[in-house]
Amino acid sequence: MSSAAIPRDPLALELCALSKTFTLGGGMLHKSRSLQAVKDVSLRVPHGQVMGLVGESGCGKSTLAKMLLGLTKPSGGDVLINGKAIVNANQKALARHIQPIFQDPYSSLNPRQRIAQIVGLPLRIHAIGTAKEQAVKVEEMLDMVGLPKRAAQQYPGQMSGGQRQRVAIARALIMRPDLVICDEPTSALDVSVQAQILNLLLDLKDEFGLTYLFISHDLAVVEHLADRLAVMYLGRIVEEGTREQIFTAPRHPYTQALLASALTPEPGLGVPDIGLGAGQPDPSRPPSGCAFHPRCPMAQPECAQQAPALSALDQNNQGRVACHFA
Amino acid sequence: MSNLSSAERSTAPASPLLSVKQLRVDLPVAKGTLHAVRGIDFHVERGEMLCLVGESGCGKSMTSLALMGLLPRKAQINADCLNFDGVDLLTVSERERSNLRGSRMAMIFQEPMTALNPAYTLGNQLCEALRRHQRVSRKAAHDRAVYLLERVGISAATERMRQYPHQLSGGLRQRVMIAMALMCEPDLIIADEPTTALDVTIQAQILHLLRDLQQEFGTAIIFITHDLGVVARIADRVAVMYAGEVIETASAQALFHAPSHPYTQGLLRCIPTPGKTLPGSRLQAIPGVVPSLIDKVEGCAFCNRCDQADQRCHTTPPLQTVAGGHLSRCHFAHQLANPATINAQEVTL
Repeated sequence: MSSAAIPRDPLALELCALSKTFTLGGGMLHKSRSLQAVKDVSLRVPHGQVMGLVGESGCGKSTLAKMLLGLTKPSGGDVLINGKAIVNANQKALARHIQPIFQDPYSSLNPRQRIAQIVGLPLRIHAIGTAKEQAVKVEEMLDMVGLPKRAAQQYPGQMSGGQRQRVAIARALIMRPDLVICDEPTSALDVSVQAQILNLLLDLKDEFGLTYLFISHDLAVVEHLADRLAVMYLGRIVEEGTREQIFTAPRHPYTQALLASALTPEPGLGVPDIGLGAGQPDPSRPPSGCAFHPRCPMAQPECAQQAPALSALDQNNQGRVACHFA
Repeated sequence: MSNLSSAERSTAPASPLLSVKQLRVDLPVAKGTLHAVRGIDFHVERGEMLCLVGESGCGKSMTSLALMGLLPRKAQINADCLNFDGVDLLTVSERERSNLRGSRMAMIFQEPMTALNPAYTLGNQLCEALRRHQRVSRKAAHDRAVYLLERVGISAATERMRQYPHQLSGGLRQRVMIAMALMCEPDLIIADEPTTALDVTIQAQILHLLRDLQQEFGTAIIFITHDLGVVARIADRVAVMYAGEVIETASAQALFHAPSHPYTQGLLRCIPTPGKTLPGSRLQAIPGVVPSLIDKVEGCAFCNRCDQADQRCHTTPPLQTVAGGHLSRCHFAHQLANPATINAQEVTL
């Protein structure tokens, strides 16, 4: 049944010094500029784990996801899935191992196709089974994501946001991938529906032994799902560690600010004054040295001179942080 | 800055700034009539922060547009009472309405890029808001705009006045929107999801600022959001909306500590909360979906998703008082308000 190869490599996903530089502008009158969306990102995700990736808009998390899916070519570095580099892998072979779930279920489903067609498309592309077998698989998959049988004949426009996201999940999982990139899968949903989808993602992970790269800006959601977390700021990972490390003892001042700004539903605590300046940096003109230094409450003169390396906190490589003072 | 203080303007200082009784908004759609707001009651005191919470489609934005007089032309609005500081908003003329808008009630929208005019400088737009309503000199308007830009945390305000909206980041634009709303020192600001499009660190800064300014200027704010975390941190009082109705009203403390409507309880249970929900555990989701508001809803709108529902719920529940100022539209409100019942339902680790 499972089309995925038996994992030979202990890591479902490994990123080695991955970088992406975009060129902006460049016309007759303007000099072109370069924007380093992702800088030197290294990350290891073992099988069956959920790696949370957090950071604010423009920090490069979506560019990272696109490189993993083969939708954008990296400027440098390697992506290894199950120990194999994907740089020259063809898109079709890659799609068997890695699948995305996107944020907006309103724009990620073809409005003119029935749900059965949408979910069954990967099977048709990869020519798996006869039409009848495909239909059975689609029906099984819809059932697994909690959609009724009649959903197969509906169009996306007849469904609610939560149901559409279930369709997107069914489509992603029908090829039984090892790795699923969840790019803000619940951000467009209402809270009561968000809980249903998070439960479903957790159930399916156990059922299929999936590995998730879970991208989100909602720290409560990430804390609920992730085993490990990587925090990105302006294209770099500034801190990485286990969920406990990040949430109980964050080392990087940016991680600390992120955690302080997460508003838990506890009345009477008020809104924290997180002490970051008003200025969000322009990613195409990153500050010198440590990119966070203009907003950092702990910044010293040396922070503007030299960018801190992402270094291990201990020998076991349990956590890494990029700060001169961590 | 303004010529009149709010005390001098008001006719009856003891009455609430805004009172809404049985507000209904109906919109004609292809399949019939969408009952977007189905008879809601609430009031806003002077200088208070009232949060309107609810999920998409619950009617919170339609309510705010009805208050501002910005509903689509086809919409039908009905109410027993829609009174803003002595002015009946149902019968007010378009001219008077437009005098109120901007000067005494202002609005902050979710997406500042679409709310600001891309073709005019910030200075132009800020000053227009004031000079449209008050006889002030160009210089005075300019000075007030610079003062407010500085007050909302924008550095180099004089230079910013000459910039266009696209030259600013999302967080800065939202600060400009707040400054613009404050130009005429309104009595009421309606903020419709003003931080939803922003990053969390920026959201915290904007909320902090809004709370500070509200206390400094004594402005009442209706803050519309779907984020219970935000509500808990900023609200004085909360009105929870579901399917076009206000189903629970309470102080922030009472709502979070003793929620008395199954929907509010469900909402609070289904968000992952550090220290309350075990990571990786199943969340207690609310089953089902919101009913369509195109058909007439019989009985309690929540009853098909509610685990407490019985045959009583096929009749419309009255708004019941469970404690002083704490109202719940549920037949079981009194049982639910009992803390013993709630503790038993809470997730234990």
